[in-house]
Amino acid sequence: MSAAIVHRATRASRTAGVVSIVAVLILATLPWWADSSTLRLFVEFACLLAMAQMWNLLAGYGGLVSVGQQGYLGIGGYALVVLADLAGWNPFVCVPIAGAIAALIAIPTSRIVFRLHGGYFAIGTWVVAESFRLIAANATAVGGGTGTSLTSMRAFPKAMRESLTFWIALAVAVGAVAGVYWLLRSRYGLALTAIRDSERAAASQGVDIAATKFWVYLIAAFGCGVVGALYFLMNLRISPDAAFGVSWTAFIIFIVVIGGIGTIEGPIIGTLVFFLLRETLGDFGTWYLITLGVVAVVVMVRFPRGLWGYVAARFDLHLFPVRRRLALPDDGPRDS
Amino acid sequence: MIGWIDTVLQGLMLGGLYALFAMGLALMFGVMRLVNIAHGDFIVLAAFLAIGVALGVQVTPVLLLLVVLPVMLVVGYGLQRGILNRTLGKDILPPLLVTFGLSIVIQNVLLEVFSADSRSLSAGGLETQSLRIADDLAVGWLPLITFLAAVALAFSLEWLFGRTPLGRAFRATSDDPEAAELQGIDHRHVYALATALAFGVVTIAGIFLALRTTVAPSDGPAYLLYAFEAVIIGGLGSFWGTLAGGLVLGVAQGIGFRLDPGWGILVGHLVFLAVLLVRPQGLFPRTRD
Repeated sequence: MSAAIVHRATRASRTAGVVSIVAVLILATLPWWADSSTLRLFVEFACLLAMAQMWNLLAGYGGLVSVGQQGYLGIGGYALVVLADLAGWNPFVCVPIAGAIAALIAIPTSRIVFRLHGGYFAIGTWVVAESFRLIAANATAVGGGTGTSLTSMRAFPKAMRESLTFWIALAVAVGAVAGVYWLLRSRYGLALTAIRDSERAAASQGVDIAATKFWVYLIAAFGCGVVGALYFLMNLRISPDAAFGVSWTAFIIFIVVIGGIGTIEGPIIGTLVFFLLRETLGDFGTWYLITLGVVAVVVMVRFPRGLWGYVAARFDLHLFPVRRRLALPDDGPRDS
Repeated sequence: MIGWIDTVLQGLMLGGLYALFAMGLALMFGVMRLVNIAHGDFIVLAAFLAIGVALGVQVTPVLLLLVVLPVMLVVGYGLQRGILNRTLGKDILPPLLVTFGLSIVIQNVLLEVFSADSRSLSAGGLETQSLRIADDLAVGWLPLITFLAAVALAFSLEWLFGRTPLGRAFRATSDDPEAAELQGIDHRHVYALATALAFGVVTIAGIFLALRTTVAPSDGPAYLLYAFEAVIIGGLGSFWGTLAGGLVLGVAQGIGFRLDPGWGILVGHLVFLAVLLVRPQGLFPRTRD
């Protein structure tokens, strides 16, 4: 019997890779020809896409259904305010540092919330995020409950501020997608996928489940912290309710569920759908949110694999393949 | 000193309300391992149903309960039969995400119907009367009745689970739905009955809430968190534990509010996190999960 060959890339994935690189290069020129509102829209898009990728990594692969990722987003935002406004650091440099601070805080936090499992883990993470919100709301140095403005950004001219923020957003979005893609294709990704499919079976194959989940939680906290700093770099104003609001997680869950949980393509599709809906129906306020909720419930009950899950199963299309496929050599014998 | 005794006493009364919040959540988790993220929103929904009825006709809170209760029982049974039963399985995601979606829907429907204003129910003057215990110590009748209702409910639920055929069906289905099925128990029906019962408790909690304070459509998540904290602090598997958990949380918040008005809820959260760190099985666990 001739040896089977392991395939990972497909023609679709190679095409997708080239198209993605071209798209990113074109997007990078946006500050030279697009207006401020387009740049802002893209920054928001990048924030939600990166958050969605982090949540997908947590819930879709790590089995850690967190409803408290807004906690790390808020920490990132407030870290930016403290470091840039109070300590006088360059706000743009603070973005990755804010992520590191969020990850640092996630270390002791994980020790507490990891004592809960499944649905109780979800609500436990929410309690932690609420605790962070209340601490921020009681901190008078950053404006307490009403929040504060990011005054250090006044030092930069508007065009430079917007362009730099945009490029950071582009880097964050690309970094989140590429980072998760790379992680899932590595041996850690194999461990994560195994945990997703069956914790018990994964453990029996020697996967250190506790350590893997811990690292996933830390990475997600870092990603959300970076997003928090980035978002408020654009927004220029922060308040506990905006930074630690559970609506962040609500939108992200909607994005991942609609797009397709447990895939890299899913959150990208989901974010596009979300922004399409928001830009067309957002004016309807409560009815828009009711629609989002109903759609999420129906999709979860009827089409639990989301839009991309359907496409991937129907057409066997994988733009970011993380699975290994076995194929026999073309010239080899088919049997015996 | 008397001030601190008063704080603890009022905290215990508030804890009674939290125990009422928590028992419905504990019931649903106990029977079918379902974590209902929309739990707090259903409490607020029940409160608003009562407020809506009270806007039309002037009736006593007990009569309000009798009007709203059947509606919520049907809602609970239908929700479990129609939606939640389909989400139960090995995967923990579907029930969480579906109830999270429901939470958003309920909040925004209430916002659309009742606007963002806070509303409350009138207890017909009972809210201002109090029972004098000592010279400087009094407890309001309404908080006291809420507290006694929580004790009575914990007792009733313990009796129902321990001593009745329905309770036996709940416990059997909880232990092993398939084995229960073999004994002629339709687990889908039993689950729906459990949710209906939980919604009955939710209705009582919602009406006591609206009698005690004002309610707004977006308040649900906060009540979910209090209910959850009470369940975990108390330990799984016993309604007495849930009652104790609610009381601990109420006293913790009361002490926090006394230290600084901005800290009350935060101190409650911190006590919960401390319990989780030091005694993750809760204070009075009966089952291990």
